[in-house]
Amino acid sequence: MDSILFIVFAGIAVLCGLNLVLQKHPISSALSLVGVMGSLAVLYLLLGGEFIAMAQLIVYAGAIMVLFVFVIMLLNAGTEPVSKRRLWVTYGGVPLMAAGIGIGAYVLQRSFPSTESVKLGAFQGGGAYEIGKKLFETYVLPFEITSVLILVAIIGAIVLASKEVN
Amino acid sequence: MPQLPIPASPPIAWYLILSVILFALGVAGFLFRRNIITVFMSIELMLNAVNLSFVTFSYKLRQVDGHIFSFFVMVVAAAEAAVGLAIILTVFKNRQTLEIDEVSSLKN
Repeated sequence: MDSILFIVFAGIAVLCGLNLVLQKHPISSALSLVGVMGSLAVLYLLLGGEFIAMAQLIVYAGAIMVLFVFVIMLLNAGTEPVSKRRLWVTYGGVPLMAAGIGIGAYVLQRSFPSTESVKLGAFQGGGAYEIGKKLFETYVLPFEITSVLILVAIIGAIVLASKEVN
Repeated sequence: MPQLPIPASPPIAWYLILSVILFALGVAGFLFRRNIITVFMSIELMLNAVNLSFVTFSYKLRQVDGHIFSFFVMVVAAAEAAVGLAIILTVFKNRQTLEIDEVSSLKN
């Protein structure tokens, strides 16, 4: 059961990721990215991360992707033209990427024994209570610094977006 | 019911391999696409792949720290998206283009 859920949603994630790279229109890429994020949220649930799954849906698939789609609409971004590339990039890129993935998969398969598998409900420490306790006890300083980072980002975005063109 | 050829629950390595695949797709999109917005979305895809491996290792070690790191990555990604899209808006206002190859004033 867990395997079937994993295969279905991992397949959706990989297909949507491929679609993101292959589509010519940015709005298609944005919708594919929403698909990747939604299926990753299901995988986080399988791994026992309820809080992270919900944060993924709300922050990533909700807020960030709305921002992306908004900017695509605002700039009226169209289809990108076919770019001229060097010959070895055209014919060598995909095999090189497949070889990289293959080496990575081999190393991971060898270094993590297949007896250890992910069972739904085996890890209970991913709820909001445990995350909040850890966040406000061990990681309280990084958490507070994050608020400064977000403040800087807000000011920077406003200053950049409202700058007059001369 | 016949026995399926797949294990009943997925090994940890499968999650990490999925993370590798998504990261490689993000790198490919980052290198091959020419639209600034799509390049930016490829970066988000890479961040998501790394988040998946954080949460997987958190499951393996039975500790919640990986979830915290993943949470911080999300926060930084949100801030980065806001600033990056503002930069893209400014570039478009100044140059009327979204092609990364045409925004090359710093080259040479």
